[in-house]
Amino acid sequence: MSYIVNGRNFSKEPRPGQCLRTFLRELGWFGVKKGCDAGDCGACTVWLDGVPVHSCLIPAFRAEGHQVTTIEGLAKNGELHPMQRAFVEAQGFQCGFCTAGMIMTAASLSEEDRQDLPRVLKGNLCRCTGYHGIEDAIRGIKNIEEDRPGAACGAGLRAPASEAIVTGKVRYTLDTEVEGLLHMKLVRSPHAHARIVSIRKERALAVPGVHAVLTWEDVPRRLYTTATHDDYHVDPNDTYMLDNVVRFVGQRVVAVVAESEAAAEEGCRCVEIEYEVLPAVFDPEEAMRLGAPVLHDKSPESRIRRPGQNILLEIHGGVGDVAAGFAEADAIHEGTYDTHRVQHAHLETHCSITWLDAQNRLHVRTSSQTPHITKQKLCYLFSLYPDSVHVFCERVGGGFGGKQEVLTEDICAAATLKTGRPVKLEFTREEQFIGSTTRHPMRVHIKVGARRDGTLTAIQIRVVSNTGAYGNHGGETLYASCGESIAVYRCPNKKVDAYSVYTNTVPSGAIRGYGMTQTIFAVESAMDELARTLKIDPFEFRRRNIVRPEEQMVAESAVVSDTEFGSYGLDQCLDLVQQALTRSNGVKRPEGADWLEGQGVALSMHGAVPPTEHRSEARLGLGEDGNYHLAIGTAEFGNGTTTVHGQIVAAVLGSTVSRVRIVQSDTDRTGYDTGAFASAGTVVAENAVRLAAEALRERMLNFAAKHYGVSRDACRLEYDAVLCNGKRNPLADFSAAARQAGRPLEVVRKAYGTPRSVTFQVQGFRIAVHRVTGEIVILQSVHGADGGVIINPMQCRAQIEGAVAQGLGWALIEKMVFDENGRIINPTFRNYRIPAFADIPRTEVYFADTRDAFGPLGAKSMSEAPIYPITPALANALTDATGIRFYDLPLAPDRIYCRIFESSQQGQS
Amino acid sequence: MDLNNISEIARPSGRDGAVDWREGDAWLAGGTWLFSEPQPHLRRLMDLEAFGWEPLTISEQGLEIASTCKIVQLDALATPADWKAAPLIRQCCRSLLASFKIWHTATVGGNICMSLPAGSLISLAVALEGLCMIRLRNGSGQQVPVENFVTGNHQNILQPGDLLRSIALPASALRKRTCFRRMSLTHLGRSSTLLVGTLCPREGVFMLTVTAATVRPLRLAFPQLPDAGELRAKLQDKIPDSLYLNDVHGAPAYRKHLTFYFAEEIRRELAGTERP
Repeated sequence: MSYIVNGRNFSKEPRPGQCLRTFLRELGWFGVKKGCDAGDCGACTVWLDGVPVHSCLIPAFRAEGHQVTTIEGLAKNGELHPMQRAFVEAQGFQCGFCTAGMIMTAASLSEEDRQDLPRVLKGNLCRCTGYHGIEDAIRGIKNIEEDRPGAACGAGLRAPASEAIVTGKVRYTLDTEVEGLLHMKLVRSPHAHARIVSIRKERALAVPGVHAVLTWEDVPRRLYTTATHDDYHVDPNDTYMLDNVVRFVGQRVVAVVAESEAAAEEGCRCVEIEYEVLPAVFDPEEAMRLGAPVLHDKSPESRIRRPGQNILLEIHGGVGDVAAGFAEADAIHEGTYDTHRVQHAHLETHCSITWLDAQNRLHVRTSSQTPHITKQKLCYLFSLYPDSVHVFCERVGGGFGGKQEVLTEDICAAATLKTGRPVKLEFTREEQFIGSTTRHPMRVHIKVGARRDGTLTAIQIRVVSNTGAYGNHGGETLYASCGESIAVYRCPNKKVDAYSVYTNTVPSGAIRGYGMTQTIFAVESAMDELARTLKIDPFEFRRRNIVRPEEQMVAESAVVSDTEFGSYGLDQCLDLVQQALTRSNGVKRPEGADWLEGQGVALSMHGAVPPTEHRSEARLGLGEDGNYHLAIGTAEFGNGTTTVHGQIVAAVLGSTVSRVRIVQSDTDRTGYDTGAFASAGTVVAENAVRLAAEALRERMLNFAAKHYGVSRDACRLEYDAVLCNGKRNPLADFSAAARQAGRPLEVVRKAYGTPRSVTFQVQGFRIAVHRVTGEIVILQSVHGADGGVIINPMQCRAQIEGAVAQGLGWALIEKMVFDENGRIINPTFRNYRIPAFADIPRTEVYFADTRDAFGPLGAKSMSEAPIYPITPALANALTDATGIRFYDLPLAPDRIYCRIFESSQQGQS
Repeated sequence: MDLNNISEIARPSGRDGAVDWREGDAWLAGGTWLFSEPQPHLRRLMDLEAFGWEPLTISEQGLEIASTCKIVQLDALATPADWKAAPLIRQCCRSLLASFKIWHTATVGGNICMSLPAGSLISLAVALEGLCMIRLRNGSGQQVPVENFVTGNHQNILQPGDLLRSIALPASALRKRTCFRRMSLTHLGRSSTLLVGTLCPREGVFMLTVTAATVRPLRLAFPQLPDAGELRAKLQDKIPDSLYLNDVHGAPAYRKHLTFYFAEEIRRELAGTERP
């Protein structure tokens, strides 16, 4: 057989049931990505004789004799294809994992197709961008600005990896060939709760190609948590790498390692496991009741607050006297708001490759937001010296918090240590749903009271959070849930009761919005109800009650923390959003009497960086090549920190980003960094970068003065040289001189996540809803953000657009659905829909004008937080349109219709 | 995705003979569903492309669509001027959740044999009174109306080794005026409810096809356009609540509600534009 890929002939024969996607990757065309492997996401799009197809659905044998073009074949003679160039100029990507497929689709569109992007792009899912940058790329709109010396801060500069992303050359975790690689597949529990009586592996071991079968008896019996925080004590040690008790459907039970995925799969089918099925509990309220099945009968060493009642953690606190507060209220709203499970749906699934080198050093190539803590965890689990483990990431295909977790590295390493061979583990899309983590479902009972003039008198919330079968992130999300969500409102009387509860469901975990999206949905809905009852404009109601910069932030206690107003722009955000809605974008609701219209607003405050420790170290030097070389531990997964690293170095040193070379997320090549989570990228890692850049500037100027024998005042940094008394010393020469003098121009600086500043968001929606079909059309979407000084406005805007899209997915579309046995029934993208191009409106983004006192160059964090107000703003608009309050999600047409119908029945009776 | 259990691709030859069918065999048309889910029970794929069937044949009798006809080919079909139902072809092709890229591979027969409630080629074929031309495992033929071919959610009358050869749409149906209504929970997503009404220009017969909302397609026939009450009564009578689908793409009560709502819209539209 002969296959022609990108003009080259290959004589390899595919396996009979092989799809074109894996065949192309085996031929070395790593630009062909796997997002779903089921034809839903389009990341694997290639051309067959010039026609775009999803290569995961094409039987490989059918490509014989046809011309296959992958993203790597699009550029001709070293010249980018116009669509590739357009994606660079518009920055139509963030993590870039969907980009190859997106470009292969976009480049195939006719002029007529381009008139109907919602239709032609429905087979390409992007989780990062919210599709704005993609639309701009296809329409030829240029968003990037020029990289000018000394002008990096505040410029819309492109991501350094842009060319590599649009050409398919950028390497994600599995885009590498490893000799002698073994493949791992996992046997997962079919039961929600069961004890393993026996495991027979003989038949599995007899499958040709199977090398090892790992059960709970073959791995270190050491309790740990899969969550990665700087201080592991904040999470419970309640997990074994493999356990003899399973606590949710999908928990890994056995790992099979084989020469091929096919053999590993066959091995999994041949493992014989006898389970003793135990009673299971799925609802957290039930799980807390006496007599409920106990999930973790563990000692205090596990740090579970009340294991016998399945309570991982409880928080009780407050200030003032809520009873007195409610007594003086003229209006009270009380309601129970339920939120459901959703998944991160980053397009690169969890995966890693592990191997040993000749010195028996363990190397782990992984898709993680926290390579340094992952290394610590592996050292702990396998009793290894820190210097004998190396963990690194190249580019990470999206994370959203999902990769602040050790889900593949541990078991993969166990197999490598056992077999001595390189091992790869790649989650399927289904495994993302059944075996990774989700947003915590929470039930929030809220009661709020206010006087006639709108002044809040009392806020009381009771939060019950479902941490699932394990407590990874269960505690920290619970603290987050009852923090800034109520601290943003000034109110003398507040009371909080909160519980994080184990159930026999898939573990919840870290995800953009970390516990607070859920309570903000409740709080902002409740504030809206009060405003409606008191007939006060919802913007005005909030203005009267929001905390002011001269006041203390008080949530469940009045204890002073290191959270401070580094800058304050909440008032501006409210004004910006209200003004935009008032002047309107002119979009009218569809014609017809059945279309109702409504407007809604919600706000949020967000303390960046975890309240626990967060650290980063930047190493910066002037290299002999005349470029600045930065090593920083934080990972890039589409959050854009790499772009900002370069901008900060260039801004401080008066240079251009093109002269900054960056090494990142590698425990051998960078200093310790807690990780890319909790909005720490900009305010911790970038602060380290800023400190390093400032120190390097000092060192360079001091050396210049001494070396050239001039006064320091006569020395100046230019983008490519050091100017001394008017004489230009090119950076490369200058670097060499310093080296010769035994004073290499290198510095190391560390930064810590303190003090913690707060960012602000306000979201406004104007929507139309069809009272018969329940369909929602978003007419206007406006977002106001206070991120301090915006270092890269284009990129920051794109992060906000992406967060709005992810928030709308949660608000309108996405829901993991489980059957009565705790098994998810929609673990595919065709049944668990995430927003496609057609689902997302354009959002107008406005920035408040503030300058943070603590962040680098006055900046604050701004990737995670924009998701907070999206859902309540939408729900408030829906209430405005229909007069009905919605207490749960998603706000899908069928559920909207049912509520409108019920309400009309009640109206008649 | 890779189907790692498949050890052989067979290319059946001979146009009419019986098939050497074994357990673990499956017909491979476009493969867009087969390759989208693990198929651990399968060992061999029988490649239908080997037959080389003509995808679309227009004749006096109407339109014959080979089961291997790609959706993109049907979507692009140029039709005779008097086929007033022609717009419905495009409307149905474009009602699939799948992207246009998948239409290059996916087949009409595959969509019908999948027998999913939201299979919009089923909607088309039922509304236009299509016949399934089936080749049984023993080589003999059988003709079955499409609405009887699909028996439930992901269920049809085919037995192992049986094959859907083609779908015949009669010219009389293709000359009818049609009216189309569809709703999905997400924009351009999988249909929650898809209804098609047809009106015969000569006899005035009105047919209402209900799909996606129900576990299997239903077609209600009226000798002429009913009034609103008659229409509601018949829907109530012919579609028990148990037939409304319950899955993540729409609640049953919602699907029922939309069925009644769209049915009345269709009735009114056809009444307004088509008086024989």
